[in-house]
Amino acid sequence: MGSAPVSSLRALRRARDRIDRDYAEQLDIAALAAEAGYSLGQFIRAFDAAYGETPGRYRTRRRVERACDLLRSVNLTVTEVCMAVGFSSLGTFSRRFTELVGRSPSEYQRESAQLGGPAPIPGCFALMFRTGLRVQDATDGSGRD
Amino acid sequence: MITGISIVSVWVLDADSAKEFYTKQLGFDLTTDIQLDGGMRWLTVRSPGGQEFLLLDPAHSMLDADTGEQVRALVAKGALSPGVLATNDCRGDYEALVERGVEFIQPPAERPYGIEAVLRDDSGNWFSFTQRHAAE
Repeated sequence: MGSAPVSSLRALRRARDRIDRDYAEQLDIAALAAEAGYSLGQFIRAFDAAYGETPGRYRTRRRVERACDLLRSVNLTVTEVCMAVGFSSLGTFSRRFTELVGRSPSEYQRESAQLGGPAPIPGCFALMFRTGLRVQDATDGSGRD
Repeated sequence: MITGISIVSVWVLDADSAKEFYTKQLGFDLTTDIQLDGGMRWLTVRSPGGQEFLLLDPAHSMLDADTGEQVRALVAKGALSPGVLATNDCRGDYEALVERGVEFIQPPAERPYGIEAVLRDDSGNWFSFTQRHAAE
């Protein structure tokens, strides 16, 4: 377990919280690095060491996770959801979404509508425990764990 | 019969700062603050709804020094959550708490089970902050 000093970990956590909070904005990783007191390269390495993925990857995952939430619960088009969660290109959104979720945004939206009500798991836990993207997988037999 | 949890233990990075945060910013009452033999401090606060919380610095606890450092790192990086804080007015309390400088990761949002926001304490612990829909 690489343990950075507590003060650095707090700075990294603040940066991650910014991504959680402001995912819909044009969040610049270099600016987050500067706020946390790191050079860009150091920041990416330290974030990866603390959280197991790069800040850019985390930002993408957060946006896709929010997109899943909107596609399940709100009557918006895929393009509207794409813009609402901070992607500027529909092509990039669809590609990233499909990589992470295993189906396209429109397929996901259609399936969620057919499944009816959401699983009884608090959204915050789905986010924090990273199960948000996998719960749906379990229903089609591809399985988690 | 088990009736619930009488004290929730919360690992904090700095007991004095946590005492300020939980009493001044979250609006809890201080219930105990005593220094025990061996360096441990028994610092407890109570929410307006009556739930008691023990605020414990891992560096001054029952943990050995190495384990204490590991727990401090987990708290600092924001990995730990002591649980779900219950409220009867999520949106109203959210406004009041933000006004007092409490940091939220997620603003109140409608969920199937209620209205939920997510906040952090001054150490980095996260709490779901939820107003549950009435049980059917």
